[in-house]
Order: sequence, then structure tokens, then C-alpha cells
Amino acid sequence: MELIFEGLREAVARILTLDRDLLEAASASLVTSGSATSLSVVTGVPLGAALGLGRFRGRGLLLALANTGMGLPPVAVGLFVAVFIWRSGPAGQLEWFCTRQAIITAQYLLAAPTIVGLTAVAVQSIDPMMRLQLTALGATRLQSIALLMRESRLLILTAVMAGFGAVISEIGASLMVGCNIKGDTRILTTAIALETSKGEFGAAFALAFVLLGIIFALNALTTWAQQRARPQ
Amino acid sequence: MSGTILEAEDFAVARGGREVVRAHELRIREGEALAILGPNGAGKTSLLLALATLLPFAGRLRFRGSSIDRPLAFRRRVAVAFQRPLLLDRSVRENASLGLALRGVSRRERDQRAHDALVRLGVAHLAGRSARTLSGGEAQRVSLARALAVEPEILFLDEPFSALDAPTRETLVADLARVLRARGVTTVLVTHDRDEALSLSDRVAIVMGGRLRQIGDAASVFATPVDSEVAAFVGVENVLPARVVSVTEELTTLRVADHLVEVTADVPAGDDFPLLCIRPDDVIIAREPGPTSARNALAGTILRLEPIGRRVRVLLDCGFPLVAHVTVRSARELGLAEGDVVTASFKATLPHLLARHRAA
Repeated sequence: MELIFEGLREAVARILTLDRDLLEAASASLVTSGSATSLSVVTGVPLGAALGLGRFRGRGLLLALANTGMGLPPVAVGLFVAVFIWRSGPAGQLEWFCTRQAIITAQYLLAAPTIVGLTAVAVQSIDPMMRLQLTALGATRLQSIALLMRESRLLILTAVMAGFGAVISEIGASLMVGCNIKGDTRILTTAIALETSKGEFGAAFALAFVLLGIIFALNALTTWAQQRARPQ
Repeated sequence: MSGTILEAEDFAVARGGREVVRAHELRIREGEALAILGPNGAGKTSLLLALATLLPFAGRLRFRGSSIDRPLAFRRRVAVAFQRPLLLDRSVRENASLGLALRGVSRRERDQRAHDALVRLGVAHLAGRSARTLSGGEAQRVSLARALAVEPEILFLDEPFSALDAPTRETLVADLARVLRARGVTTVLVTHDRDEALSLSDRVAIVMGGRLRQIGDAASVFATPVDSEVAAFVGVENVLPARVVSVTEELTTLRVADHLVEVTADVPAGDDFPLLCIRPDDVIIAREPGPTSARNALAGTILRLEPIGRRVRVLLDCGFPLVAHVTVRSARELGLAEGDVVTASFKATLPHLLARHRAA
């Protein structure tokens, strides 16, 4: 028990004193996971909307791929990205191995399918007659899609948060392609693993609390947005 | 009313690879209200959606004399309201002005026009409310206000009252009828409710079994259906096989079972065995035979009394089955009971004769 209490006391101290290593890892996590999620939103939300609303050849296959992608093992993604950006790999000239770009790439591959798949579900959950009503009101196809996406904004927000939540808590891919370099590619999850392996439980607790705090804040924000949208 | 605003020729609509409705010719006159009336599954909604260019169709569709080459441009000159309100998760004001926003109308103008439409439908006081908090009747009023706000050249209504409870529906039908008449909006209304059709429309088109069967003034379609199926649908429950006995300048005498019946209706050309159509509302029930202006009075035994809303359906055996509708109050005052013998009478001017060979 003393080990735990000592670790917790040290964790609190590190957080209150804004420990430099802690801040660097938190910052790296937010930057990499934020970038990966942003890229996933930019590409995944329109693709998800197209899959949800469109009727074209290959749509079913793409939806199946997105759904499969939601369950991709991070280490498999890490392996794939590592081989791709390895010095002698197809994209070796980019020299991304052991960089934040590598982590962002791996996390993008993990977040995007979740955002695509859940966005498709979100827009499909709208009454199909609403599309007809918008067309009847004189909406162009783009206007209709924009209005339907706005109408399903809460579910799309949930999709984005699910994508972010998945990548900020993953470790396998980031460790494999980022190499856990202190002050650069060391993110919260890889730092927790490292500190735990060294027996530095105070540092590990502090990192874990910050990670949990970020995840809690995101969920609180999502819940607040959902509750705010409920009719009074 | 003036000329034709929308004209469909050899018009057919297919869904799922199967033709669901066809109209050889349908002309909608500017300023009129046309009700497309028919039973469930008749194809009337498909016809309306295709007329509004919301469903693909075969044939010709002309708006103000010109072919509709750009459906989007056409849709921005008309409006459609559906059975369900289909409001967005926004304020009532934003919903009411949505059609105008999609047309690029300035915010100031669309706010004003949306407000005017909400006032006309009696829901201006809800403008700031979220559409998700409205009752069914309020939401449908906002939906209609949204359609009227764009000042459509044609307003298409697809059973907009069918999801509402009876009191809400009656009030809304009355309010909408007043608004449409005041503004002279050309309206095409789909409904399966005869009362709605009569309240809101100048003309009625009957669609049954995927075919446009009859079109004309509401009163004439209801009084003179073209065949027995249409007759049954428009509420002519008495369609009786008859034989022409004699024809004079004023009256036609027919034999129905063992009774002679006199009517002023013309006998269908070359048909000595027409069908005699009598609306149940046109049959008067009395306890005793007495002085009446009705030329036809028949004794009959009451077989069944069935309450239907504010009326009672009386099934009589007069040597042939005859149905009459009386008010609940009349039934009570007359003390009607099953097995009673009463007198059923109807005027010679009221029945309609239908050619037997057109009996669908």
C-alpha cells in the first residue's frame, strides 16, 4: 500500500509543479492525436457522409472496410506503417521513422475508419424522407448534404470523439513507429509504459492521471453538447 | 382561375421497376385546388411526387406551357408539404425560412416572409421555439408555413393532415382552406379523406388501382361517379342493378327488384339495364309513410344499425339491400331498432345512373 500512496503523492506533486517531462508527453499526445483526428475528420467525415447518403458501386465494400477498420489492432497498423516508412521501405525517403509524422500516420489509420463508419451511421439515422423534403424545398445536392450533416452533428461529434479517444489511448502503433524519444515522440501512453517498466510509479501515475483527465474532459464536453441539444 | 399551369400527358410513374400509376392526361389550372383522392396504395402519392419532379417519370410534363428541363429551377417555384412535418432541429423561425434561405433570399426578407407565413398559420408566437418541442399539430402548421413562405406557384400537399388527431385536423383543414382561398394558391392535395377533399378542393381526381379514373368538379364527381368502384369509394353505397321500364321527357322509371323507382337522371346510351346509384345521405327514413316531396318511398325492414361517428348507418331490406345514413339524434328520436319496418324515401333528382358495362 505504501508503494501506491508514495506513487500517488509523487504524482500529485508532479502535476502541481507542472513537471516538464509530464507536460512534454501531454503536449506530444495532444499534438499527434489532435493532428491524426483532424486529418481523419477532414477526410473521414465527407467520406462517411458519402457512404451514408450515396448510392454508388462499391459503397457496400467501402462500408465493410470502414467497419473492419474500426477494429484494427494498433500493433498491426504499427507494423504496416513501420515497414512502409522504414529506410528501405516504399516511403523510406520521407525519413519519418521515429518522428511525430509517423505517429500521426499510424493514428490516422486507426482513427479514420472509426470516423468514416460512425459518420455513415450518423447520417443514415436521419429520416430518409428528410432528404426528399430538402430536395422539395429546392436544395441542391450539396445543400442537402450540408443540412443533413448539420442535422446529425451530435452523432458526428460522437464519432470524432470516439476516433480521438481511440488514438490518444493507444500505445502499440505509436511505440513501434515513434520510438518513444524523450521530448519528441514520447507521448502519454508510451511514457506510462516506460516509467512503469522502470518502477517509477509516481511518474507513471501522474502521466496516467493526465491521460484520464483528457479523456474525461472530452467525454464531459460530448455529454454537455448532447444534453444541450435536448429539447427543454 | 385562368389557364393551365401544369400539364401531364401520357404520364407514368414506376417504382422498383413496376409501373405504379399512369395518367393519360392531367391538367392543373392556375389558382385551382385539385384533390387527388384514392384508397391506400392507389398510386396517388407517387403521382404527386412525380408531378413535383421528386420521382422519375415517363411522359410529358409541362409547366406554364414549357417542358421542365431543369427540375431544380421548377422545384424552386413550387413547394411540397408531406404527411409528416419533417422539420430540422432548429428554431421554428429558421425552419419556416429554410426554403427562402435555399433560394438565396436575404435574411431580412426571409425573416419577414417567414413571419407572415407563420402568422397566417397561427403559429407566429412559436417562432423562437425549438422545432423539436412542438406538438404534432403545431409542427404541421410550421411545415405548411415553410411551404407557403416561398410563395409557391403550385403547392403540393401529400396527406398533410393524416397523422393528426381529429380535432387538430379539423381546425387545421379549416385554417388552411381559408389561407389558400385568400391567396388563390394553386394547390394539388393528395388525400384519402373525402371530407378533406370537399373542404379544400375545387376539383377532384380519383386515382384507383394506379389509374386516373375520373376528374371533375368535386360535386359532380361525388354525385356522378363513372363506375361502381369509384362510386363505392366516393361513398355511394347503394349501387343497384335496375331495368329501364319507361322513359319520358321528365322521368325515367326503373324496376329494382320488385319496386318501381322514378329518377330524373338520363339513361346511359343504349343500356336498358343500368346501375342505380343512391348516396346513403340522400335516403330519408321515416316511421310511417306520409306526405313527402320524394317521389320514391319504399317499405323496408331494418337489418342492422351501425354507429359511424356522428351518424348511424342503417341497412334496410327493401326487397334489395338499401343503405341510409341518419344522424344519431334522428335515430334516437325515431326510436330505430333492428327488425323495425320503416319507410325509406329519396327524391327522383338525386340518384345517378351508371352504365352496366362501365361497372369496373
